[in-house]
Amino acid sequence: MSSNEVTWKDKLKAYTRTPGSLIVMLLVMLSAIMTFAVLIFLIVYVLAHGVPYLKPSIFSLHYTSENASLMPALINTVIMTLLSLLIAVPFGIFAAIFLVEYAKRGNKFVEVIRLTTETLQGIPSIVYGLFGMLFFVNTCKWGFSILAGAFTLAIMVLPLIMRSTEEALKSVPDSYREGSFGLGAGKLRTVFRIVLPSAIPGILAGVILAIGRIVGETAALIYTAGTVAKVPKNVLSSGRTLAVHMYNLSSEGLYMNQAYATAVVLLVLVVVINTLSGMIAKRITKA
Amino acid sequence: MKSKAWTEKFMQGVFAVAACASVLAVALICIFLFANGIPAMSKIGFGEFLTGELWKPKNDIYGIFPMIIGSLYVTAGAIIIGVPIGILTAVFMAFYCPKVIYKPLKMATELLAGIPSVVYGFFGLVVLVPWVREIGRTLHQGGNGSSMITASILLGMMILPTIIGLTESALRAVPTQYYEGAVALGGTHERAIFTVVLPAAKSGVVAAIVLGIGRAIGETMAVIMVAGNQPRMPEGIFRGVRTLTANIVIEMGYASGLHREALIATGVVLFVFILLLNFCVALLKRGKNYE
Repeated sequence: MSSNEVTWKDKLKAYTRTPGSLIVMLLVMLSAIMTFAVLIFLIVYVLAHGVPYLKPSIFSLHYTSENASLMPALINTVIMTLLSLLIAVPFGIFAAIFLVEYAKRGNKFVEVIRLTTETLQGIPSIVYGLFGMLFFVNTCKWGFSILAGAFTLAIMVLPLIMRSTEEALKSVPDSYREGSFGLGAGKLRTVFRIVLPSAIPGILAGVILAIGRIVGETAALIYTAGTVAKVPKNVLSSGRTLAVHMYNLSSEGLYMNQAYATAVVLLVLVVVINTLSGMIAKRITKA
Repeated sequence: MKSKAWTEKFMQGVFAVAACASVLAVALICIFLFANGIPAMSKIGFGEFLTGELWKPKNDIYGIFPMIIGSLYVTAGAIIIGVPIGILTAVFMAFYCPKVIYKPLKMATELLAGIPSVVYGFFGLVVLVPWVREIGRTLHQGGNGSSMITASILLGMMILPTIIGLTESALRAVPTQYYEGAVALGGTHERAIFTVVLPAAKSGVVAAIVLGIGRAIGETMAVIMVAGNQPRMPEGIFRGVRTLTANIVIEMGYASGLHREALIATGVVLFVFILLLNFCVALLKRGKNYE
């Protein structure tokens, strides 16, 4: 080792000379350890208590008061996710295309859209739930239904998809567009054939984040999609998603073991979703 | 040629309409909430509704002051717990973290943000509530564990990722010359960070805290599961408390008539709180742009 390298000993010596800094450094370390310890403790605790109850009966296709199966809720979650995305993704992407490719800079209308998107992002899920109940359930007369829930969630994740698509479109170099125009393509063709395909990873990352939010949502769904623990016959029948199922189990207090198992399934889903979006994000930075 | 120009125009219209979706959504949310909530408020009396200390739907007495105070107390508690830990963790991530473990830790904070609130609530219910019950008993404070302090601790955990993420990016946005200058003047690593870099990142940190407040005040499911939910004035940190959000979810299932409208009005109050917070964030952002 060369002599001018700073070793641990030197650092320690410097810290003993400045006790204030030492205390601050220790506080920083303590906080970081606490943050990550909490996360690890939560995950390990839930896994340790939940994995033993992941029995086949809990995955049976029908919910009965004996097995408290989570399978119908899991199927509902998938349906709910697909339906919400089906509504939110086209709107989100088209809106972002308008903002990035068509709108002129400094347009007042664009500012209004920005403002409302930011507002949507800050609204708590229970307010979405109330709105969904008042509008989709009562005014549109859809009743407690998958459809009402999906529309509510679609509004909730719309800003997320818009933002990520906007960022993705902005990061496509202008030379792509110029090249396409130079070859004689129109604006629409350029957007769909050149810009959108290069922005797909960014859009996908946003969509995956949206999936994460939909899967974990409870408050917005209780009074829109309802809490029936069955696979729905059609989009106008009620059905609980996994998160709602988990809330019902733990508030009833009768099926704590099944609640643990449901927590495990939810956690695994979230981890998978997070890793996926992380992998896609990594791809973007590489490209 | 003509049909092509037509498609161009048509699709531009489609994009513009899609862009209006968020405006329409906000307008509809405002209209429906206010139209359903304001009449109830005026029926009950604005003053009585907002400052009344009794909530007895059976006797048609609707005062949400206990819930407003409950929400504010629980949020304040969450800020007291979450903000220092969050900011210090962000400092760790930006200035102390060895490169090898940075990526996993960053993913961990993102995971912390992705865990659904019911799972947090469940964790609070099975872990935090018994702990707080024990502590309350040893301190002779009583209470059954579902309390203001439990909700505060849980919410403090839940706002950590918001605070950490935004504070870290604010810290990284400060030019490195600030740090280098401070160290060149003889300051230690810590002194440079806490007296030079952190103050320079102030506006970002404040925005992080405001967003954290927004998340805490709007959180519903996790709070319901650990806060006890008694609709009365808070009596102490080891006693139960009901927040605005909890009030809505708990009673909406069986409410009807004026009771139901009063619950929607509770949502309106919450919504106004959030709009004010959003306004603060917008102001902060604007302030940053002019600097």
